[in-house]
Amino acid sequence: MAADKLLRMANQIATFFATQPGRDQAERVAAHLKDFWGPEMRAELKAYALDHDADLNDLVRRALPLI
Amino acid sequence: MKDFIIPWGDDRDMGTPARQGAPVSLIIDGFEVTVPEGTSVMRAAAIAGISVPKLCASDNLEAFGSCRLCVVEIEGRRGTPASCTTPVAAGMVVRTQSEQVKKIRKGVMELYISDHPLDCLTCSANGDCELQDMAGVVGLRDQRYSPPADGMRTHFAARDTSGQVNPDYLPKDDSNPYFTYDPAKCIVCNRCVRACEEVQGTFALTIEGRGFDSRVSPGGAGDDFLSSDCVSCGACVQACPTATLQEKSVIELGTPTRSVITTCAYCGVGCSFKAELNGDELVRMTPYKHGAANRGHSCVKGRFAYGYATHADRILNPMIRESIDQPWREVGWQEALGFAAARMRGIQARYGRKSVGVITSSRCTNEETYLVQKLTRAVFLNNNTDTCARVCHSPTGYGLGQTFGTSAGTQNFDSVALADVVVVIGANPTDGHPVFASRLKKRLRAGAKLIVIDPRRIDLVKTPHIEAAHHLALRPGTNVAVVTAMAHVIVTEGLYDAEFIRARCDWDEFQDYAEFVSDLRHAPEMIEMLTGVAAEDLRAAARLYATGGNGAIYYGLGVTEHSQGSTTVMAIANLAMLTGNIGREGVGVNPLRGQNNVQGSCDMGSFPHELPGYRHVKNADVRAIFEGAWGVEIDPEPGLRIPNMLDAAVSGGFKGLYCQGEDILQSDPDTRHVAAGLAAMECVIVHDLFLNETANYAHVFLPGSSFLEKDGTFTNAERRINRVRRVMAPRNGYADWEITQMLANAMLKDAGRPLWHYTHPAQIMEEIAATTPGFANVDYAMLEERGSVQWPCNDANPHGSPIMHVDGFVRGRGRFIVTEYIATEERTGPRFPLLLTTGRILSQYNVGAQTRRTENTIWHSEDVLEIHPHDAEVRGVKEGDWVRLASRSGETSLRAHLTDRVSPGVVYTTFHHPTTQANVITTDYSDWATNCPEYKVTAVQVGLSNGPTDWQESYDQQARLSRRILPAAE
Repeated sequence: MAADKLLRMANQIATFFATQPGRDQAERVAAHLKDFWGPEMRAELKAYALDHDADLNDLVRRALPLI
Repeated sequence: MKDFIIPWGDDRDMGTPARQGAPVSLIIDGFEVTVPEGTSVMRAAAIAGISVPKLCASDNLEAFGSCRLCVVEIEGRRGTPASCTTPVAAGMVVRTQSEQVKKIRKGVMELYISDHPLDCLTCSANGDCELQDMAGVVGLRDQRYSPPADGMRTHFAARDTSGQVNPDYLPKDDSNPYFTYDPAKCIVCNRCVRACEEVQGTFALTIEGRGFDSRVSPGGAGDDFLSSDCVSCGACVQACPTATLQEKSVIELGTPTRSVITTCAYCGVGCSFKAELNGDELVRMTPYKHGAANRGHSCVKGRFAYGYATHADRILNPMIRESIDQPWREVGWQEALGFAAARMRGIQARYGRKSVGVITSSRCTNEETYLVQKLTRAVFLNNNTDTCARVCHSPTGYGLGQTFGTSAGTQNFDSVALADVVVVIGANPTDGHPVFASRLKKRLRAGAKLIVIDPRRIDLVKTPHIEAAHHLALRPGTNVAVVTAMAHVIVTEGLYDAEFIRARCDWDEFQDYAEFVSDLRHAPEMIEMLTGVAAEDLRAAARLYATGGNGAIYYGLGVTEHSQGSTTVMAIANLAMLTGNIGREGVGVNPLRGQNNVQGSCDMGSFPHELPGYRHVKNADVRAIFEGAWGVEIDPEPGLRIPNMLDAAVSGGFKGLYCQGEDILQSDPDTRHVAAGLAAMECVIVHDLFLNETANYAHVFLPGSSFLEKDGTFTNAERRINRVRRVMAPRNGYADWEITQMLANAMLKDAGRPLWHYTHPAQIMEEIAATTPGFANVDYAMLEERGSVQWPCNDANPHGSPIMHVDGFVRGRGRFIVTEYIATEERTGPRFPLLLTTGRILSQYNVGAQTRRTENTIWHSEDVLEIHPHDAEVRGVKEGDWVRLASRSGETSLRAHLTDRVSPGVVYTTFHHPTTQANVITTDYSDWATNCPEYKVTAVQVGLSNGPTDWQESYDQQARLSRRILPAAE
């Protein structure tokens, strides 16, 4: 799968949760990814993120270890 | 009192509409009858089982009192009042038959017949003519008025009695492809004109002239039915008591002798129809008056556009090919299914369990959809199932699920009759959901206010006798900003319903939300430059919605098909909760679903993360239910969504697809990407009526059955489960559920696993009811008895649920969610300065696979680009010019139509024709939560062109090559 697209989608999810009140935004990003993305997509995102840390939304960065 | 007559199945015309009111008792022909106050004497008599003769009355129209055939005697009253216009009164004593009224009726009929041809035996309405029936009822035996020989004219003879040409004779108008208007047969009862006004709300017809010169006339002088405003809904044809307005199919095939009640397979309104036949030849479709979604009305698609079912393009034999550059080879079912099963099993063996998947169809029945998702979960053993709801209402599922606890639309369609303020957001009901639009327009004519939020001036904004109070013509992509600004006005001006919020919602979350939304950045004045909506207009619209009485929101794909689709759905839910517009009749949040069974396909577990009944696959207790029923272990992780499948195919991890009744190559965004994904697969199985665009990339074609050829159920946008009944045998040999079962069994047999043994869709529904709480009490016997039921239907709601969230939200407390506007990444710039938005048109449906194969093409034979005259002028584009439409994704060419329906900076087109390839233009941006594609916003440039692009020509060439079928071996 186009990993850059996965990253874009993850960042888009994070952009929404960043606007939400509370302190658990990263957990909510992680929960969303786990609910709607299969394990292969999550693994691919994680692998791609290793080399593209600069492109990651901070919430995605914090969510990755939780997925 | 006479015995109670069970209304179910009785579709007699009661003469005048039902009324609600206090009971009133009266005596009719010696029988006591009790009816609601306001009921006409005619209807009261009909309830007592007594039919008063009538010609101009019909129970879907207000009484008119013109034919004078329904006169009766009422004790103590002078004269002979018309029973249709006389309301009942307590103690009234009515005689419907007396020497006096018999004489009057006979005289009236004699006059009617004096200006009517007596060609009954060869007339197309023979046996189905109320004039003929009434002549019989009143005992008309002769007709004394013959025209004198000095040139007296009738309306039905081409020449007068002296042999001169008769200027009062008008020839038949057969301009409409589906019905004719024969003025010679007209009795000027006004029923067609009234149906056009009262039922359809188009006001295309009128009566021209006075007295003997009165004629039915479509539009202005020189108009025929086709050139008039007529939308060909057929309400006039249905209303006509004679052969004046007559279906061409009846003229050609004769009057039908049997009928079957079934459900339309077009849009999400889900109209009930009587399919009327001779033998297994379908003669006509007439809307069923007890259909709870449509109440006896229909549109041009449902009533007339069924010819695709017998179109020559329909494929009736299975076909296979080794690779997509080869022509198709017709084979027997066994060979096709064996080939498909071997390929899919081979792919799974080579690339893993998750390398294949399915796409379920929103056009097929619940039972069929359930089997397709079961195929992937119980036979393929993965969760790779998705459905076209992905590309339309998946954000509704997420957004309403988060706020209310269920994706369900909250109302039934009847509810609109009690709305005071209707907000239509990103929907075009007169084109997309025409029968609902007619019901909405009826309410608007009665005084309800309308707010339209749409970039384009849809018909509802200004149409005969209707004008929107506010049209917020926002810039595409700014829905969240506009809806949130409405909430800002409601909160900061203190117009919210604090009592409702305290009682029904989470108060803490409301506090957070109120603080968020009160911020000045959400004020209408602050977003005016961004959205293009005048702040004063937006404020006035918000105030109207909050304070105008029952506020009902209806929305469509203009809400969901955006990067922030889910956020807009939540913003809409917030508005409804803020104002207490939830949980009773006349209010609510109503997603207008696109396809006939898109609601059902979602209910049936078509999504990769949900089992039937919207229960996440991660829940072990839910999996246990299905593991018990199916005898397999269910994958606890979500599978791939359609865009994910295509991405995975391009990168090599997804190799096999079973696609039932959906044409992803035409309907899904970024055509080149979809084509690349399909081309990368090793086995694409297309199960459809036609060799659709997706089939260009298929290896196996399984011919499908039309909705007329199978049993099952569809669930419409109001959650109504309606029966689909087999009207004729499947032309391809099998109903679609049987074909899925045969494919499953071909694979199960190879694997030595137990086979499926369904023999009727009722058994599939039993399995659905046994596993899915919202369907627990649904079965075919109940649907036979009640006609339809709205889920949830279980022990808690044994009669179904017309209105949701009545005593509390499904999730407990309603949840306000902060909805910050975040601009889409799709931006205009110097290269692509315009915004393209896409939509639908009345006469065509979705990708057009069905409607393009009917006479409906007369109204829309190609997709055109709507462009504002200013934008056209600076580009040198004139009406009808070929223009090139280009985006970052691709380019296509189509003809331009100059109109101020769209604002400057915005262009619009439809995607009903594969030759246009509108989706070559749309991008792969999608909703953040659900991956619903952003069809509604694409940055484009428009310029003059010479005709189709190279892409269109090469696509067409590839499609032609791909559709070759080898002649069958002798």
